[in-house]
Amino acid sequence: MSDRNADGPRHSRRDLLKVLGAGAVAGAGGVALSAAKALGEAAEASDSPGFWSLFREHYREMSRAEVSAMVARLERKYGRQYGGEVTVETTPAPEGVVFGYALSLDRCRGYRDCVHACARENNLGRDPEIQYIRVLEIEGNEVKLSAGVSDYDPEQVPQPGKRYLPVQCFQCDDPPCVQACPVDATWMEPDGIVVIDYDHCIGCRYCMTACPYWARRFNWKSPSVPAEELNRQTHYLGNRPRPRGVVEKCSFCIQRTRKGELPACQQACPTGARVFGNLLDPDSPIRYVLENKTVFRLKEELGTEPKFWYFAG
Amino acid sequence: MGEFFRFCVACLREMKRGGPVYWAGLALLGAGVVAGFFAYLEQLREGLIVTGMCDHVAWGAYIANFTFLVGVAAAAVMVIIPVYVFHHDPSKRIVLVAEVLAVAACFAALLFVIVDLGRPDRMLLMLPLLGSLNFPGSLLAWDVIVVPGYAAINLAIPGYVLYREYRQREAAPRVIGPAIGLAILWAIALHVVTAFLFVADVARPFWHSALLAPRFLASAFASGPALLLGILHLVDHRTSLSLAPEVRTLLTRIVTAALQVNLIMLGAEVFTELYRPTHHSLSARYLFLGLGEARALVPWFYTALSLELLAVAVLMLPPLARRTGPLLVACGMTVIGVWIEKGMGLVIPGFIPSPLGEIVEYVPKPVEVVLSLGIWCAGGLLFMLLLKPVVAVKSGALRQAQ
Repeated sequence: MSDRNADGPRHSRRDLLKVLGAGAVAGAGGVALSAAKALGEAAEASDSPGFWSLFREHYREMSRAEVSAMVARLERKYGRQYGGEVTVETTPAPEGVVFGYALSLDRCRGYRDCVHACARENNLGRDPEIQYIRVLEIEGNEVKLSAGVSDYDPEQVPQPGKRYLPVQCFQCDDPPCVQACPVDATWMEPDGIVVIDYDHCIGCRYCMTACPYWARRFNWKSPSVPAEELNRQTHYLGNRPRPRGVVEKCSFCIQRTRKGELPACQQACPTGARVFGNLLDPDSPIRYVLENKTVFRLKEELGTEPKFWYFAG
Repeated sequence: MGEFFRFCVACLREMKRGGPVYWAGLALLGAGVVAGFFAYLEQLREGLIVTGMCDHVAWGAYIANFTFLVGVAAAAVMVIIPVYVFHHDPSKRIVLVAEVLAVAACFAALLFVIVDLGRPDRMLLMLPLLGSLNFPGSLLAWDVIVVPGYAAINLAIPGYVLYREYRQREAAPRVIGPAIGLAILWAIALHVVTAFLFVADVARPFWHSALLAPRFLASAFASGPALLLGILHLVDHRTSLSLAPEVRTLLTRIVTAALQVNLIMLGAEVFTELYRPTHHSLSARYLFLGLGEARALVPWFYTALSLELLAVAVLMLPPLARRTGPLLVACGMTVIGVWIEKGMGLVIPGFIPSPLGEIVEYVPKPVEVVLSLGIWCAGGLLFMLLLKPVVAVKSGALRQAQ
């Protein structure tokens, strides 16, 4: 015991040194971290996250304050870019809602009004033109995708003996694209919409190879939307202006549908072929279609569980 | 530690030592790298629009070269196994050359992935732990771990062995044994993971086949050792590191056997896809026969097939294969054949037709060609630089100062 007492002061000095050392290390680490954070914030302030986006948290893990700071930065940036005011909303998924879509193949006449309404609503790049909806013209009654053409251009549609099959993102319930993403830049929201964070996507395009419905598009160059045509009501996970080099796709018009409106393609359809609604609401029109019509989904054998049905009648 | 530092410095100094041919080689490769760099600047300025890729064919020459190079890297194991498992002593002198080749191949493969990214500025998001890597869900995340890991292993093992030799000591078996075991497993994993990157896509029936991973291995074990055999002849010709006849025989046998297996699997694939074609066979038909007017890859495929068949014929005729000229030609044909077949011949048909049945063809644009050549030059440059200290230590020229 006495030995221990004799060693006491030396021990405590060593302990003190240890504490000091640890403190120095922690301090250096803290300085490095805060420097990184400051640089990250400086980058945020300069509206160009770029390299410093490494220090950016995942959208789903951001606090409310962080989200609103980021949205304010984006609104300033888009305001400078396009002039005037651009709103970036972050409306969350409504409770008790899972969105679903159904489309009547008997009613679709191939007018492609949905395609163009979608492009306007969602601020899709005009040159090269990006389209989320692909309408296939198919000979006869067979639904065989390899028999379809998308660049049909007759004087008048529908052509006799032809069927029209619009395809867009089906918001699969088991989406292969989400599994493929190496950095979690795309995910399924609680309301069933598969979204992309354009500020997180690294542009590897693995999700595009994984999608069995060819629903995803890439910004091969900076997308151009004339300022006067810009839809200024945007959602962070939807139609806000996209940077170059990232993937995008249909979000069931998240900026509209989360506020109780209908998707632009549904509104634009002149034949009423499109039925949109809440799959969890037994009284919704989509539930009526699913319960009373003959429905099918594309490539069901792949197990992707699309939330998009085609029906007869 | 100080001694190890001095060893590293000595290795770096060694890289500066060389005759006019060495410097001319470095200059040539360096010029290629510079050209590639300018092509990359152009791509960064304009976006990936300057490539031949589009929404229909979302991957092109970059990923094709990546896939092939991963195979070259994995093939180092075809020398490691004979040396460390079967104690094929004559190969011991050249095993480090194979590993250095693997490092250079991994390096070039990674560069090909990076230049393919739409947002290289966010590349660090792929870092494990620091970024937001989707592991183990995404197969691309597996590749991000496996490729640099393999490069590190193949840098560490030769580094350790050379350091011991530099200090005139044998490599300690308790260090080298487990390291070699890891390297062997990792090499197989590297190639299987890269195959699974494609196999995982249920959307693309051309890739979604259990045969893909075994065929990846077979073609890699043909093209890698074939490339190595060519390089070893060059090294034998230019440096004091000689190529023993036993090594040559061993590598020739490996290339021959792997090429035979690869061709059998190719035959199985052709039969399955063409005897009773379903709509899942369209991509294979595009590659083998063309789909209507669209037949850009058909001549390439038959070139690859002829090269591989010719190579296997030469390699199977001992009077021919024993002579250096025909052997090297056969190796060259193997490398080019597999490069076509497992590069563009694997990646592009996966996109044609698209999942919606549309046919859009792909031809690489000049920027892609120059940038790809630049990356190959970068790989070659790294290989030449790393080979220098290997030769110097192995020949006894580089030793610890007493």
